[in-house]
Amino acid sequence: MTDSKYFTTTKKGEIFELKAELNSDKKEKKKEAVKKVIASMTVGKDVSALFPDVVNCMQTDNLELKKLVYLYLMNYAKSQPDMAIMAVNTFVKDCEDPNPLIRALAVRTMGCIRVDKITEYLCEPLRKCLKDEDPYVRKTAAVCVAKLHDINAQLVEDQGFLDTLKDLISDSNPMVVANAVAALSEIAESHPSSNLLDLNPQSINKLLTALNECTEWGQIFILDCLANYMPKDDREAQSICERVTPRLSHANSAVVLSAVKVLMKFMEMLSKDLDYYGTLLKKLAPPLVTLLSAEPELQYVALRNINLIVQKRPEILKHEMKVFFVKYNDPIYVKLEKLDIMIRLASQANIAQVLAELKEYATEVDVDFVRKAVRAIGRCAIKVEQSAERCVSTLLDLIQTKVNYVVQEAIVVIKDIFRKYPNKYESVIATLCENLDSLDEPEARAAMIWIVGEYAERIDNADELLESFLEGFHDESTQVQLQLLTAIVKLFLKKPTETQELVQQVLSLATQDSDNPDLRDRGYIYWRLLSTDPVAAKEVVLAEKPLISEETDLIEPTLLDELICYIGTLASVYHKPPSAFVEGSRGVVHKSLPPRTGSSESAESPDTAPSGVQAAEQPAVIPTQGDLLGDLLNLDLGPPVSGPPIATSSVQMGAVDLLGGGLDSLMGDESEGLRSDVGGSPAMGGGGGSGGFTPAPSTTMPANMGAPLGSGLGDLFDLTGGVGTLSGSYVAPKTVWLPAMKAKGLEISGTFSRQVGSISMDLVLTNKALQVMSDFAIQFNRNSFGLAPAAPLQVHAPLAPNQSVEISLPLNTVGSVMKMDPLNNLQVAVKNNIDVFYFSTLYPLHILFVEDGKMERQMFLATWKDIPNENEAQFQIKDCSLNADAVSSKLQGSNIFTIAKRNVEGQDMLYQSLKLTNGIWVLAELRIQPSNPSFTLSLKCRAPEVSQYVYQAYETILKN
Amino acid sequence: MIHSLFLINASGDIFLEKHWKSVVSRSVCDYFFEAQERASEAENVPPVIPTPHHYLLSVYRHKIFFVAVIQSEVPPLFVIEFLHRVVDTFQDYFGVCSEVMIKDNVVVVYEVLEEMLDNGFPLATESNILKELIKPPTILRTVVNTITGSTNVGDQLPTGQLSVVPWRRTGVKYTNNEAYFDVIEEIDAIIDKSGSTITAEIQGVIDACVKLTGMPDLTLSFMNPRLLDDVSFHPCVRFKRWESERILSFIPPDGNFRLLSYHVSAQNLVAIPVYVKHNISFRDNSSLGRFEITVGPKQTMGKTVEGVMVTSQMPKGVLNMTLTPSQGTHIFDPVTKLLSWDVGKINPQKLPSLKGSVSLQAGTSKPDENPTINLQFKIQQLAISGLKVNRLDMYGEKYKPFKGIKYMTKAGKFQVRT
Repeated sequence: MTDSKYFTTTKKGEIFELKAELNSDKKEKKKEAVKKVIASMTVGKDVSALFPDVVNCMQTDNLELKKLVYLYLMNYAKSQPDMAIMAVNTFVKDCEDPNPLIRALAVRTMGCIRVDKITEYLCEPLRKCLKDEDPYVRKTAAVCVAKLHDINAQLVEDQGFLDTLKDLISDSNPMVVANAVAALSEIAESHPSSNLLDLNPQSINKLLTALNECTEWGQIFILDCLANYMPKDDREAQSICERVTPRLSHANSAVVLSAVKVLMKFMEMLSKDLDYYGTLLKKLAPPLVTLLSAEPELQYVALRNINLIVQKRPEILKHEMKVFFVKYNDPIYVKLEKLDIMIRLASQANIAQVLAELKEYATEVDVDFVRKAVRAIGRCAIKVEQSAERCVSTLLDLIQTKVNYVVQEAIVVIKDIFRKYPNKYESVIATLCENLDSLDEPEARAAMIWIVGEYAERIDNADELLESFLEGFHDESTQVQLQLLTAIVKLFLKKPTETQELVQQVLSLATQDSDNPDLRDRGYIYWRLLSTDPVAAKEVVLAEKPLISEETDLIEPTLLDELICYIGTLASVYHKPPSAFVEGSRGVVHKSLPPRTGSSESAESPDTAPSGVQAAEQPAVIPTQGDLLGDLLNLDLGPPVSGPPIATSSVQMGAVDLLGGGLDSLMGDESEGLRSDVGGSPAMGGGGGSGGFTPAPSTTMPANMGAPLGSGLGDLFDLTGGVGTLSGSYVAPKTVWLPAMKAKGLEISGTFSRQVGSISMDLVLTNKALQVMSDFAIQFNRNSFGLAPAAPLQVHAPLAPNQSVEISLPLNTVGSVMKMDPLNNLQVAVKNNIDVFYFSTLYPLHILFVEDGKMERQMFLATWKDIPNENEAQFQIKDCSLNADAVSSKLQGSNIFTIAKRNVEGQDMLYQSLKLTNGIWVLAELRIQPSNPSFTLSLKCRAPEVSQYVYQAYETILKN
Repeated sequence: MIHSLFLINASGDIFLEKHWKSVVSRSVCDYFFEAQERASEAENVPPVIPTPHHYLLSVYRHKIFFVAVIQSEVPPLFVIEFLHRVVDTFQDYFGVCSEVMIKDNVVVVYEVLEEMLDNGFPLATESNILKELIKPPTILRTVVNTITGSTNVGDQLPTGQLSVVPWRRTGVKYTNNEAYFDVIEEIDAIIDKSGSTITAEIQGVIDACVKLTGMPDLTLSFMNPRLLDDVSFHPCVRFKRWESERILSFIPPDGNFRLLSYHVSAQNLVAIPVYVKHNISFRDNSSLGRFEITVGPKQTMGKTVEGVMVTSQMPKGVLNMTLTPSQGTHIFDPVTKLLSWDVGKINPQKLPSLKGSVSLQAGTSKPDENPTINLQFKIQQLAISGLKVNRLDMYGEKYKPFKGIKYMTKAGKFQVRT
């Protein structure tokens, strides 16, 4: 008699039959029926129709039957919420049962019934169970808090369960501690901001004690929790490491890997001269090697993590190359990972062994693996210079095998070797050319074409070879087409006499017959270069190429540091930070390695990540007229202009001129024109000439155009994320800008505001004259940030004497740019039927802070470090009595975003970022001492001239 | 944490599902089936598969995929370790872990799974404790239950669950008190064409079967503990004592358990107990090839090598093989191209060999790759690393137990390239 009988069905209708049995008087029959129901459930059959009948069986002394009913309830309660209420009484009663097993079972099951109505009834029993005398019940209740939080987070907070849970961390029973930590960690994951796991030396000590006594799974939770702790100095870090090290000998590989994470992270704080540092390094190798003898699935995860560890600290496994040698019956996913690590560990000392292995792999059956092995040989050549020659000869051997995919792969990597060691191995080109016909993959074809083009002067029949490719030009992939275009241009520049025809052919193919914009653009560029200045063309096309870097495939250091903090998690398997892929990553807090203590900077700045990002895009604050791009474009347009650029369609050249003309129409055109400029600019030879290029604005254009767009998106996100600033930035009260006496009776007062991404100038126009005013118009002079009216000034009715009108004038930042002094000065011209009036005003800088000014944390670290120290400016904000949280929420309202908060020796450090409409980032560190009303603000920006005004903005926002 | 578990058989049917949080639709497994289709063999299905809303982590054992569904960032090793533990538990409960067995015991399986996880957090994974909660089915118990109406669900809290020795139940009683330890070493090696060792390492374990009354406290010491520099212990082993004295001191779980596993790395010199002489050649433009292998003992400390089995995956171009063994039996499967030769014992006086010819597909060029030879063997009464137990002592109880130590060396992944 086996359970498979429960699967057999009768003709009459299963559900009907079961229903009858469930309502049977015989206990045994009932139980059998419930078992049948469960059996159907396990194979995914819907038996929810039996809900009332099953629930009726709940009142029983038979524990097995009770458990079975509970199993059923958990699965179906959600679909029958009203029925589920029927079960509540039994649960509440069971929570009082003298048998702890039953109490625990009841509270555990109740938590699994994901019905809102039931949760209210759960609170009281849960509170009792959390304080139960039996640790088994307490540990079950701890998990139940996490379940409840998942269903109704607010309820858990209101009922104070979180605090009770925190208390359980100090429980006398290690199993309870472990479960409390697990529950808190899970809750914290959905609640990133909350400081649930408040770790301090005392609680750490408790966790470490519990670590030795709890189950293997509990150890994983505790170790993962420890990894989030930031020891205050190297002594503490070392003592934690010492207590964690024994976990490396645990039989459970997850415990081992979590321990490795803690050690890798805290090691960062230890001085390298310390004896203990060396000891620790030695201790790390054996457990990692042991992980590789586990089941293949475990090996895979271990290998992905080892890949990170090897990049961070190659010294740990440098002698362990052999364990990564591939066995032919390893699963393919293990093979590929092993191969990757082999290359990372390759060095002069072991390269001979590695190459011999790789050559062996290159003759295996699995195509993917063989390809990767061939690539690996190329990577070895690039990594270990001494081995390059050996690698090349190995690759040539492989080419001789004539196995198609091996040959193609080999040619792709030989191209890289040429780039790394120019003028060394070109003798092999002849061999490569022999295989030209067998290449059918784009990458290999492109590589071969590159080689032919690059070494055209050494290949006698280079033109023939390239011509042969040209025949099927349109059937090639883009990669090959681009490469062929470049190669033929190279060839032409090297042997101009005999290849003129060829080059014309390819240029016309690329520019006229292709609908690929990249190809067309490249074609046009070459065409123009060649036709205007062949010498320059030579310099550009045949320029010396930078050597390719040793390891292009290394993970970027800042990312690597972050990933090291995530050892053992999914992030480490994907080599991506959790923010990049975890669902609902709203809450993911970036982690960073702790700074090595003793380094001077660590005390005041959070930067530990090596720099390496940035540098590419550094928007200049105010593009000086005639900077590089402007020059280039000017040249292209015709006679170079000195001084201010030629007139553009923008509003500028003094308000007066423009105000005379058709103001409204101009305004409309303007934005239109600018937009089309941006769209049209990539089309190099696009005909239109002058219209296509507007020198001065175009330098800032990408940033300008990007900003409103980006901030619009930011708004959407903010709204959905609930952290949005619907209320907008702080708005100063209106002040009088233009007194009536200066403007023939027109008084203008106003202020600036920023709301959900749009800037506006709020004006009150008052007529203090005796005559009616009409025909209002407004115009700005060029200014530092390109502020300009986005719409004409609309005063619908004529303004009668003693009447005022309130107008909100939307602004944009796509106007033309000129550096003003002070930076935030704005000169305005207003016209009415009487005259034109001028005034100037200062706008607060915070209206320019865009909504997407929150920098990625790691980016922040890198940028902070990257900006030279002389760009740092310090200010005092006096007499501000807010606390750190209030400050940060207040600033957030004006788009100054707090990225991290740290508490250092009693003072709060806020790290903040903001972005201006023209793409300039400003990074800030705000130091708040609890007893001291003056804050210290340090600002870092690539354009230090804005700092002063950012500080003013800070002061304005905080004091109002 | 772990949301759900799906059990999928080789033909792609989901035959069991269990949810620990809300129910996840089984359609999530479609992503798994896609990956399965892409992988050439079941072994090659990647263990971590991302889907738009979930992650699928799987292990493949006993021709069954155990697929766990998770939704948030959970340590994947934790999940995979747990899945292996599930398989071990099934094996422990039902003797074998197969689809039929699981279907036959579906209710127990379901109950056990429910005990193992709560809300995705592991609850009870020690088989000692589980068996107190849910009693494994035996024929006798089924009969008794049917007659008396009693259940196979324990109604008392397992005693060990919260004690300082959670792995051992209290009140254990035996009439014959015995403690047996098996030192089993598996040797993994790659030998190259010329017969020299590319890499060799030893995975060792000490498995114990301890049936002792009460709360015995055992110590196990070694003649040469220096060999063990890379070890993983059962939680019962006192780590401090090992660190300071190199002695294993522990209160054992009841029944079978793995006390220790260790690793002797490739950096140490590992003795290779057997060698293979081979001569496999294919010639260009000829439909015949030569095949000849001989197996012989190398460093066996005078012990007999037995249970020898040679397998080799022949290249695709091989049509058939005509071979004569000097002993044992051999089979060549022309479909999978797998040659296996069951050699048996090696007699050092008369080495076993397998000779003959290979017929190749006519007209094609000779195969590029040479077959790799896989070797299996066993050597009783020998731990190839040289590890030796010195003595086993028991404290805390009065009686005198039977003690026994056995050694064995096996081939793990032992490969000879040709």
